[in-house]
Amino acid sequence: MAEHVAHHFEDAEQQREAATLGMWAFLITEIMFFGGLFAGYTVYRSTYFDAFAEGSRHLDLVLGTVNTAILIGSSLTMALAVQAAQRSRRGPQVVFLLLTILLGLAFLGIKAVEYGHKFEQHLVPGRFFSWPGPHASNVQLFFSFYFAMTGMHALHMIIGIGLLIWLTIQARRGRFTGSYYNPMEVSGLYWHFVDIVWIFLFPLLYLIDRHVH
Amino acid sequence: MDTHILPTRLYVGIFLILLTLTAATVTASFFDLGGRLNSANVLVAMSIACGKALLVVLFFMHVRYSPRLIWVFVGAGFFWLAILIALTMSDYLSRGWLPLPAPWGT
Repeated sequence: MAEHVAHHFEDAEQQREAATLGMWAFLITEIMFFGGLFAGYTVYRSTYFDAFAEGSRHLDLVLGTVNTAILIGSSLTMALAVQAAQRSRRGPQVVFLLLTILLGLAFLGIKAVEYGHKFEQHLVPGRFFSWPGPHASNVQLFFSFYFAMTGMHALHMIIGIGLLIWLTIQARRGRFTGSYYNPMEVSGLYWHFVDIVWIFLFPLLYLIDRHVH
Repeated sequence: MDTHILPTRLYVGIFLILLTLTAATVTASFFDLGGRLNSANVLVAMSIACGKALLVVLFFMHVRYSPRLIWVFVGAGFFWLAILIALTMSDYLSRGWLPLPAPWGT
């Protein structure tokens, strides 16, 4: 039996299935975690619709769209890194992992620029929040959701980049081949999941109330 | 689950479809499609988002080529999310549809 198969597994295939299933069990808890935020946002958006629309229109559509494209691109490079591992190709694994890290950092950088604008414009909830018009306190609630949801998403990306750095080091050492690449596969699942969260965050926060009546 | 290596052109194809759908959802956001609480805009945006998520799950996350047990797990996870949102909103959106009963004891 190959050395990478732990003693409690029948074979490499069973081990890979178990790893994938375990990762999905974890991702389901992540769906539950983000689901609570999405449900809360949906409830308060329907309750304070005008205020949430005002706040939403203030978000930077160009930066949001560019970030969406960057994150989708990082999912592509991640998928290609896993594919390179399946094909036991060491060089492409490292290149695609580094590209994924780079795109992830680009996303976080643009997010930081957006956060910077919000700080300058006094849109961070708390003592210094200021908003003209009658809906100020409910717009503040919108920005609380904005920072909580995008912030938790960004935290997941930071953790993901940490995983990717570790994977790059391991891939460089030639640890992943077609017969064993479980860490690549399950980290890929995590990275794609974080992409999916953004696929829903982007329209909910930036798009659905964008048009002006 | 045998190691199912998907061709690069499939991954790139999915990526291009995802970018196209992103452009479509951004374009749709500029139009007032009507409905209470912009419900038509929400419907369009969420349909596109679900389509994008489905492509990511099936191909980037290899679920299309995974054992049935994975399908059950993934399906259960997203079904739970649908229950959470649908039942919560069936309460909040239907409030005020019926007159409140008289308070107890009057």
